[in-house]
Amino acid sequence: MSVKKQPAQRNSGQASRGAQPSESATARLSRLLTMVPWLLNRQGVEIEEAAREFAVTPAQVEADLALLFLCGTPGGYHGDLIEAEWESGRVYLANADTINRPLRLGVNEALALIVGLRALAAVPGIGERDAVVRALAKLESATGSTSAGTSRIQVLIDEESGTETLARARQALAARRRVHLRYLVPGRDESTERDVDPMRLINFDAHWYLEGWCHRAEDVRLFRLDRIETLAILDEDGTPPVTAEPRELDSGVFTPHADDQLVRLALGPGALWVSEYYPIESMQRTPDGGAIIDLRTADTAWLRRLMWQLGPHATVLEPAELGREVRSGAREALNAYGAPAGSTRASR
Amino acid sequence: MSTKFNAADKTERLLNLVICLLYTRKPLSKAKIRDAVPQYGSSASDEAFDRMFERDKDELRELGIPLVTEPYDILFDDEPGYRIDRREYALPEISFAPDELAVLGLASRAWTQASLAGPAAQALRKLEAAGVERDDSSLIGIVPMVRTVEPAFEAVKDAVLARTAMAFTYRTAGTSQVATRHVQPWAIASWHGHWYLTGFDTDRQASRVFRLDRIRGEVAIEGKPASYEVPEGHQPSAMIRSVAVAREPQPAALQVRVGAGHSLRRQAYATEAVDDSWSLIIVDFTDLEAFAAEICSFGPDVVVQGPADLRQSVISRLTGALGPEPGGPGHLSDGRITHGANR
Repeated sequence: MSVKKQPAQRNSGQASRGAQPSESATARLSRLLTMVPWLLNRQGVEIEEAAREFAVTPAQVEADLALLFLCGTPGGYHGDLIEAEWESGRVYLANADTINRPLRLGVNEALALIVGLRALAAVPGIGERDAVVRALAKLESATGSTSAGTSRIQVLIDEESGTETLARARQALAARRRVHLRYLVPGRDESTERDVDPMRLINFDAHWYLEGWCHRAEDVRLFRLDRIETLAILDEDGTPPVTAEPRELDSGVFTPHADDQLVRLALGPGALWVSEYYPIESMQRTPDGGAIIDLRTADTAWLRRLMWQLGPHATVLEPAELGREVRSGAREALNAYGAPAGSTRASR
Repeated sequence: MSTKFNAADKTERLLNLVICLLYTRKPLSKAKIRDAVPQYGSSASDEAFDRMFERDKDELRELGIPLVTEPYDILFDDEPGYRIDRREYALPEISFAPDELAVLGLASRAWTQASLAGPAAQALRKLEAAGVERDDSSLIGIVPMVRTVEPAFEAVKDAVLARTAMAFTYRTAGTSQVATRHVQPWAIASWHGHWYLTGFDTDRQASRVFRLDRIRGEVAIEGKPASYEVPEGHQPSAMIRSVAVAREPQPAALQVRVGAGHSLRRQAYATEAVDDSWSLIIVDFTDLEAFAAEICSFGPDVVVQGPADLRQSVISRLTGALGPEPGGPGHLSDGRITHGANR
């Protein structure tokens, strides 16, 4: 369907195939207007690479190309329409001069980059400050009045506690040295000792995390800097194993595995934040404004603690064993207060 | 046109409209546009075309496409013409060095957890469309990440940018009291894992700091954009820090099981042994509900001795954890542990 045809034969039916049904026409238009200059500057790029760049499926890229193929300058004749060729799996685009430049940045687009760069410039000890300053200056001049209000949106990064640990972790990272940690595992409320090969430092939710290959877990782990009780730089090479992959932070700092235990929770409106805070498998809103969520976890100790913390706002639906543990722990805790431990409800 | 709605047809129509209006040097009348964009040809009637064209114009403008209305004929200036100014449309030619694109990539990825993730990624693609490849290899492993879990974020951010006054239901720190607040927003800032709003509280006739996660429900826009001035040189960071620090910490006495409550013990400024299995520690806290939630997370390993309101809040939460209240969620706040809340 990619061969050049006479305009009359180009019909819209083919363009709708493979389109994401939920995507609005304007969202797709916005992608197309960026995709055209991107492709024009990368003649012969593979469909898969374009799909990765635009975070869509290869089928969607093909559907987009089929749609572009139907568009062009007024007249509707052969020479007026955009030419697209992708039969070989590589994309060639031509005759799209009117839209060969990307649309200028919108307010939110300019905002995201400018505020992000300013935050980056504030990271203590960042080595690329010079590049950040240059990029920021260019971006501000290119966006002009669009970026006017962005100075009133700020991301503040400060060191406060853990400055010393941060400095030492950065030092170990730069020198590729192994570190020895005494680390507090909050989910289990215990202090642990371990050797770690540092991979990167992440500022997330106002905390610094050290990501590295943990020799105790034999896996990649994140350590919150303010929970590191001591960090000693060892006189040993700290190059992580080649198999160590940085974690995807897209779903937060917890990374569930498919074979972890499935937990189902009922959240009241006051506990809905849980669905955003932890990676969940699925979520169903309930009429009371809450939700039922499914998540996977290897360790339920932190969940027990989360449920105590949420109190009346959340209930464990599955597994039943976890629900029993939560209730018996809460009852035991209440006994210490001499409070009537909800005798009518606690009998289950 | 009111028959079957097809998003692909509409995209095709909008794209042809954009190309047509960029292509033309002179403003085009509606009639010419109807001829030039094939998808308009099939409109059932003049009225149907008019409605469709008006909506398309609005949607293009919402995307940030500078569609201008000009008289298309100087002799008949009552008839409007339309075109898109190419210089206004196109991203200016900026060339970024590979290391600049690398830090732009970092800045963009800082938002992957946030509601601006889409615009951040799209912005980077636009800058990279010119053909320069970024060089990530030079980056040292320091990565900032921003989150926007607060439901009010989008509305408040837009109000800050547009300078529109707003009203919202707000829970005052450390209490469960809610009230409607009327605010002229000045700035928002993410600090210590929370987004804060600074602005002028028109009821109290004074500047105030609000935490976005304490805003309940919808944010109502009141009044027109740019209807007030933000004080010159306003520094949200200074204002937020001063308010956050100014909250008076108060001491709590906690009984903590030996070998447990490590994070509480680290913050304690007094610790004594009660017996072989329990210690008594003194810790300062500021936000009662957040601290109660943190204590509850230790289950039977931590018992509050005082103050009484903290003790009561912990008892209510734990009682709630025994099972769902028949009458639905109670009066407690959300119970989210603010990391380091008792800093």
